[in-house]
Amino acid sequence: MTLLASAADGPSCYSRSVNEWLCWDYVVDRQEQVVDATVEHLLITVASVAFGLLLALPLALLARRVPRLESTVLGVSTGLYTVPSIALFPLLVPFTGLEPTTVVLGLGLYALTILVRAILEGLRAVPEEARESAVGLGYGAGRLLLRVELPLAVPVVMAGLRVATVSTVALTTVGSLVSYGGLGNLIRDGVQNNFRAELATAALLCVVLAVLLDVVLVLAQRVLTPWTRGVSA
Amino acid sequence: MRVLQDAFDYLTTAANWTGDGGMLELLVQQLLLTLAALLLAMAVGLPVALWLGHLGRGGFLAINVSNIGRAVPTFALLALLVTADPWGWTGGVFPGTADLGPFGRGGAATLVALMLFALPPLITNGYTAVREVPAEVRQAADGMGMSGWQRFVRAELPLALPLIASGVRLALVQVWATATIAALVAGPGLGRVITDGFFRTDYGKGIAGAIVVAAVALVLELLAAGLQRAVDPLRGADRSAEGPDAGADHSAASSRESRARDS
Repeated sequence: MTLLASAADGPSCYSRSVNEWLCWDYVVDRQEQVVDATVEHLLITVASVAFGLLLALPLALLARRVPRLESTVLGVSTGLYTVPSIALFPLLVPFTGLEPTTVVLGLGLYALTILVRAILEGLRAVPEEARESAVGLGYGAGRLLLRVELPLAVPVVMAGLRVATVSTVALTTVGSLVSYGGLGNLIRDGVQNNFRAELATAALLCVVLAVLLDVVLVLAQRVLTPWTRGVSA
Repeated sequence: MRVLQDAFDYLTTAANWTGDGGMLELLVQQLLLTLAALLLAMAVGLPVALWLGHLGRGGFLAINVSNIGRAVPTFALLALLVTADPWGWTGGVFPGTADLGPFGRGGAATLVALMLFALPPLITNGYTAVREVPAEVRQAADGMGMSGWQRFVRAELPLALPLIASGVRLALVQVWATATIAALVAGPGLGRVITDGFFRTDYGKGIAGAIVVAAVALVLELLAAGLQRAVDPLRGADRSAEGPDAGADHSAASSRESRARDS
């Protein structure tokens, strides 16, 4: 009966003869594929940014403690940033293989560059008085960092995290080079087969994903920095 | 690590560099694309951004254009442009896979995508550069009886130049990096060496291409840094905290942070 019905409706909007850009039928019929790609995209993005953050924090703290290292850390990470992603993935393949690890490592390194800078600037923005008061209250170095400096650095770090996350969402598409590009895989397939609905849907979903993650981070920042509410946006 | 040996062999074989579709030809093609897209973007974006900065209006637009630009994957944009075929009146330039002179297959689509990609850093830096000229300088220029145009050309523009130059430098390196992505849609440029190597499981070749692209990116970055230093009007001058560059340096640092990746 479905066959009859679809025959009566004429060709679907994503059939080769119609090939429309925006086609809801495509999303419904290929739901599983679209959802899988989106989930993969999301996982790769989150893993990359988390990996970048995990590396950036100790690096930034090290650079702060040893000022002579700061220019080295910043220089090396900026140099890394200059290497195009499509070149970085192949350079990682001999070590990591055609695995999602390659994409996560590569994107994590890019996120790292943005995050090290953001953390350094955030820590620098902590008011000296706050630091002195904490020391006066008897805070040790560890507690000072965890209870005073890092929370006060959150707004600047979050700004960097937002930049890193949104660019990582966009960059993940390039991972299709090693077959782990989330929505990028659909985009590539769409170009190769001139499949417009697939291409447009994946492109739109990328932007939606970026905006959604950005909103999540803004909300997280509001929760993490209750003292800024009502003072400044 | 046999692939690294393969890559080295590929790089040291002269035949891979010369001839039709050789790496030299692709390298020149990509450089042409990069420069053409950058010049186009400068011609379109800079006048608007600088003039908005002079007027002190449109800051919302100037800042947000880069935020939006960051969220749109260039790969997706390229893919859309290459597949697009909506205009009969483009005289065979579209569909996006058509050849365009020295720019090769998909030249027009790549050029448009790269130009759009170069706009955000140019606009944001251009606007901020003029905007951050110290108020005293503006007032002094007004006090000397300069007209708005004179103030713009003689006072604001020279002081804004270093930051504008840093925007151009950012854009240059980003556009070069992004031009590589054109290969993912079978477009022009060195990226083709990388994708060819990968899709034919000739990883040595892919890695060789990646090495060349990365090396050129670093060279471009260094060249651009040198150029940027050369156009700084306050080069060698005493940079006291009151100097007009104190603010500019800071925003240069934060604008670097806001650079979009070659997505």
